[in-house]
Amino acid sequence: MVDMTRTDNNPPQGPLAVEVRGLVKHYGETKALDGVDLDVREGTVLGVLGPNGAGKTTLVRCLSTLVIPDAGTAFVAGYDVVRQPRQLRRTIGLTGQYASVDEKLSGRENLYMIGRLLDLSRKDARTRADELLERFSLTDAAKKAAMHYSGGMRRRLDLAASMIGHPAVLYLDEPTTGLDPRTRNEVWDEVQRMVSEGVTVLLTTQYMEEAEQLASELTVIDKGKVIASGKVDELKARVGGRTLKVRPVSVSDLPGMARSLSEAGLDGVAGSQIASEEGVLLVPILSDEQLTAVVGLLAARGYAIADLGTYLPSLDEVFLSITGQKPSAPDSVPAQQTEEVAA
Amino acid sequence: MSTVTTSKPGGGAAAPVAAATAAAVRTEDGRIGLRANLRHIGALVRRNTLQIKQDPESMFDVLFMPIVFTLLFVYVFGGAIAGKGNQGDYVNYLVPGLMAMMGMNIAMAVGTGVNDDFKKGVMDRFRSMPIARSSVLIAKIVVELGRMMIAIGILLIMGFILGMSIKTSVLDLLLAIGLSAVFGASLMWIFILLGLTLNSAQAVQGMAMVVLMPLQFGSSIFAKPATMPGWLQSFTDYNPLSNLADAARGLMIGGPVGHPATVTLIWSVAITAVTMPLAVRKFRQKT
Repeated sequence: MVDMTRTDNNPPQGPLAVEVRGLVKHYGETKALDGVDLDVREGTVLGVLGPNGAGKTTLVRCLSTLVIPDAGTAFVAGYDVVRQPRQLRRTIGLTGQYASVDEKLSGRENLYMIGRLLDLSRKDARTRADELLERFSLTDAAKKAAMHYSGGMRRRLDLAASMIGHPAVLYLDEPTTGLDPRTRNEVWDEVQRMVSEGVTVLLTTQYMEEAEQLASELTVIDKGKVIASGKVDELKARVGGRTLKVRPVSVSDLPGMARSLSEAGLDGVAGSQIASEEGVLLVPILSDEQLTAVVGLLAARGYAIADLGTYLPSLDEVFLSITGQKPSAPDSVPAQQTEEVAA
Repeated sequence: MSTVTTSKPGGGAAAPVAAATAAAVRTEDGRIGLRANLRHIGALVRRNTLQIKQDPESMFDVLFMPIVFTLLFVYVFGGAIAGKGNQGDYVNYLVPGLMAMMGMNIAMAVGTGVNDDFKKGVMDRFRSMPIARSSVLIAKIVVELGRMMIAIGILLIMGFILGMSIKTSVLDLLLAIGLSAVFGASLMWIFILLGLTLNSAQAVQGMAMVVLMPLQFGSSIFAKPATMPGWLQSFTDYNPLSNLADAARGLMIGGPVGHPATVTLIWSVAITAVTMPLAVRKFRQKT
C-alpha cells in the first residue's frame, strides 16, 4: 500500500523492529483502528501522537498481544502478533497508561516477581531487582508497598518492571499523562537513557512537546487512521514548529520588525504574521539557531521589546494544520519547499 | 504451532537480543515447559500470599467464619435443632457440614479477587508476558485452597473445644478435608468465571449470594433433611453440599460414605469440566 501521508521521500534506514500494515480493530460500531500502517526502525523512538480515543491504546494492545486485530498484519522483532504471540511476548516490555504493577507488593517484590516470571533464578531475580531499583532511584522505597508511592515513583517502578527482561521493543502508552512537569522530566530522562542503550521505543502521547522531546519519527493518528507520519522535524516544518511571540514596546514597530526578518530570511517558509489586536509579531521557529538569530537581529536593529516567548502548537493546531481544516491556517506548505527547509 | 517460518522483517537482528534474555528452558516455538510453568505459578502464589500479608483484613473471613458459625449454631440454634441438652451431639453433626460450607464461602472470594485484579494494570502486564495465561488463575486457586485449609483447621479446633470427637481415624479425617478441597476447587472455577464475566466485585458478591443461600440452607449442613418437607428433601438429595456434608460426616463420625462421596466427586468433575475451559477462554479473550 502506498503511504500518501509520508513526508520524507528517502526510504527509511535500518531494519524494522515494528512493522504494521493495514491494522484494523473494531469494537462494535467503533473503529478503534481503521487500517493503520507504521514502521519503527531498530533503536529509534516512534511517537504516536493523537487525541483521546484516537486508537493509540488499542494499537499498543494489539502490538503486545492483549488484543487480537480483526485484519491487517503486525510484526514485532520479526514475530507475527497473531501467529507467534508467545515468542513475541519475550521481546517486548509494556508500560501502560495506568501503572501496571501490583499495588499491594513492595517495589522490590514487584520486580522480583517479574524476574521470576521471566525465568531468572532466585538469585538473579534479586540482583536484577536491586539493580533496577538503584537505577530508577527507588532503593529507599524498595520495601514500601507500591500503593504508597507517588505518581512519579509508580511510573518509574513501572518502567523498571518493563526493563527486567531486557526487551528489544518497549511500548510506552502515555507514560507521563497525569504527572506534574518535574516528574514528567524525570520519566523523559529515563526513556532517553533506555533509548541510548539501544531499546526500540513506541511511545504514544497526547502532547506534541513529549513527542518532540523523545521521538525521532512521528505518526499522527486520529479516529483510528494515520493522518501524517514522518520525521519530527519535517512534521514540525509542516505544522510550523514553535512560534515566537514578540511584543514591542511600540505597536508601530510591528511592520518594520516583520520587514527586517523577511529581508534577512529569518521568518521561515510561512513568514511572520502581525497580530495587531494583540500587538505582537508571530514568527515560526524551526531551530534554536533561528530563534537566536531572530532575537539578535531585532536587538541589533534597535527595536525595544517589552515581552517575548515561544509556544508550541497545541495538538488541535497540529491536527488542523495537517488536515487543513482550520480556515485561519496558512496554506499547507508544498512538499518540495518543506524539504528545502528541512535540509 | 507454526515455527518461525513467517517473513521476519529485521527479525534477524532483533530476535537474538530477546532470545538471549530467555532461559534455555523454552523451546523454539515459545511453548512454556512444565518446570517453567510451575516456577511461574510459584512466583504468582508468592504474589498472592504477599498481598494477604499487606492486607491482613482479607483473612477475616477465614479466621472468624468458623468461629462465628460454630458458636452461633451450637449455642443459639443447636438446642432448637437437636433438642435442649443435645448440643454436644449436634457439634458432631454440624462440624463436618460446616467444613463443606467453608469451601463454598471461600471460593466466593476468588471471584471478587479476580474481578478486582482485572481492574488493575498488572493483569495487562501478566498477559503480555511469556507465561501461560492459566498460571495466573491456577496460582489464585492454590492460594485460596491454602486459605480454605486454615479455615478448616480453625473449624476443627473450635469443634474440639465445643466437644466434638472424631470417631474414625486420622486418615478418614484427612479424606474428608481432601474431599472438601476438591469440591471447593471446582466451585472456584464458577466464581472465577463470574468474576471475569460480571462488571464489578459487588455484582459478583450479589450473584454469589443468590447461588449460595439456597444451596447452603437447603442442605443437610445444619439440619437433618428428614425433618424437611418432601419437595425440599428431593432438592437436598441432589444438592452437592448435602452430599459433601454427608460424606464428611461419614468419614468423621461414621456412617455411609461411598454414595455421597461419589455424588460429590461427580459434581466436582462436572463443574470443573464445564466452567474451567469457559473461565480460561474468557480469561484469554478478556480485553
